[in-house]
Amino acid sequence: MVQAVSRSESPASSQTSGTVLVEHATKYYKTNTGSVHALEDINLDIKKGEFIAIVGPSGCGKSTLLWAISGLHDLTSGRVVLDGQTVDGPRPEIGMIFQEANLLPWRNLQQNIEFPFEIKKVDSKPFQPRIQELLAEVGLSGFETKFPRELSGGMQQRASIVRCLSFDPEIILMDEPFGALDAFTRDEMNLLIQKLWMETGKTIIFVTHNVAEAILLADRVVVLSPRPGRIAHIFDIDLPRPRTIEETYSPPFIEKIFEIKDTIIQGEYRPDHVAELTRQVAGVARGIEDQFDGK
Amino acid sequence: MASELRDNIPAFGEGGDETQEVGLSNMSALADTGFANNWKEALILLLVACGVIGGLELIVRGFDVPAYTFPAPSEIGESLWHNFRPLYWPHLLVTLKVLLLGYLIGASIGILLAAIITQFPFAEKIVTPYILLLVTTPMIALVPLLVQKLGFGIQPRVIAVALASGPMVMINSATGFRRTDLAKLALARSYGATTFQIFTKVRFPLALPMIIVGLMVGAIFGLLTAVGAEIVGSGEGLGNRLMYYSSRIQMANFWSIIIILATLGILIYVIFYWIGKRWASWQA
Repeated sequence: MVQAVSRSESPASSQTSGTVLVEHATKYYKTNTGSVHALEDINLDIKKGEFIAIVGPSGCGKSTLLWAISGLHDLTSGRVVLDGQTVDGPRPEIGMIFQEANLLPWRNLQQNIEFPFEIKKVDSKPFQPRIQELLAEVGLSGFETKFPRELSGGMQQRASIVRCLSFDPEIILMDEPFGALDAFTRDEMNLLIQKLWMETGKTIIFVTHNVAEAILLADRVVVLSPRPGRIAHIFDIDLPRPRTIEETYSPPFIEKIFEIKDTIIQGEYRPDHVAELTRQVAGVARGIEDQFDGK
Repeated sequence: MASELRDNIPAFGEGGDETQEVGLSNMSALADTGFANNWKEALILLLVACGVIGGLELIVRGFDVPAYTFPAPSEIGESLWHNFRPLYWPHLLVTLKVLLLGYLIGASIGILLAAIITQFPFAEKIVTPYILLLVTTPMIALVPLLVQKLGFGIQPRVIAVALASGPMVMINSATGFRRTDLAKLALARSYGATTFQIFTKVRFPLALPMIIVGLMVGAIFGLLTAVGAEIVGSGEGLGNRLMYYSSRIQMANFWSIIIILATLGILIYVIFYWIGKRWASWQA
């Protein structure tokens, strides 16, 4: 088990530690062909320890929103507030997990995990037991001296999760982290993330285009409309934890998938439209059932 | 849980020496030619070399090839054995001195310039044509001019070597520094990395394989230019000896110098092969 490092020890932590507030976030990109309106007046209030998934059609600005929260990209107007402070650059309480594992190929696993400590000029020695625990937890013990090219895609992404958790950030931002993995590895990684999240109580903001993944993991699923990205609807996912892969085939889960997928397609939440869609699909299902009964 | 998550991956570097060799020599330009993997291969390589030299000896002796056309390998060997210390060694030192001095100057300026210029795309556009001009112009052509200004000292040759190797190193290093992996830069920046940290911990390691390739090509170009410059405008050095021995039709000595030069070239290759293996083997 990985113990979250006691928060009372770190002076930076307070009541507001781990909270994210997005206020009127609007973003225009300048490109060669003109200006692109990526985000329009996004407002989000994320509590400490909450697991938020952001979904939407491709190009809707979900990654843009995440990168604005990270402080790596600016907003055109509006602001992001972390722990009561306005973000104007990368912040130490944030850890990022990228689309690809993004390990440095010239460093072995251990050196990759120590990379954040080197940049932050923090001695990694006191963190070694924690790193060892995390490596064991994700099944990478004994691989410390291996280089990224010697590891599978799933192992690389697990190493990047260890790298992110090793310095104990309060907020973890994940930008379509498992998009490049096959479906089975993806399921495995999702369960791992859920487990780590339940143990450490981090605030996680998770961008994905996979609706089932979002429902499996999140407390709330934020659906963005097509460009310019606005919040189409925020869905509360009150399914019990820990959630399993089998549950993704359960009626309440599938109901959520219908609602969220329809909202993505329509660009707004229309319960009547969802109900119509559900009736249609139920009709198809009955047809298949009749076919089976007839044989 | 842990064991369930562990993937099955092929064992790397555990399948004997040969797999290790393939894994480690993944360096673009240097990868194609490897060295012997085991004693069996080494023996075959040695036998082939003996066969080639022995065959040459037989042909030269059998067809009575005159020494001024091609001396027998044994005569060249004898010349090397007897004359190396007294006759060739001092000149080898002169050539090495010119090569090392010119190369150090050229290569360090080349890497520095590449690191700086690649940060400013527009400046790069302005400078690149001139660098290409330097790369494609044989620097030996400048030696007579430089000798006129600077005399017969080593300066003209050092300048020629620097001008030949520097642009080669620069053009390859620039290719390396231009490889900006945005995700890796973002990673470093997300930890609050400074511009200097990003350079030393991301940009430079990312560019290193190409820098090493540039350093190798630059060193070979430097050697060619050093010898050429000695042929054109010097009273010493291995290049000058080539002229000297061929004008006196001392062909065994002439070929001894050729062999020393070839050995130098191979040495340069081997050194950079090992550097590449040690510092750039991560690259597929």
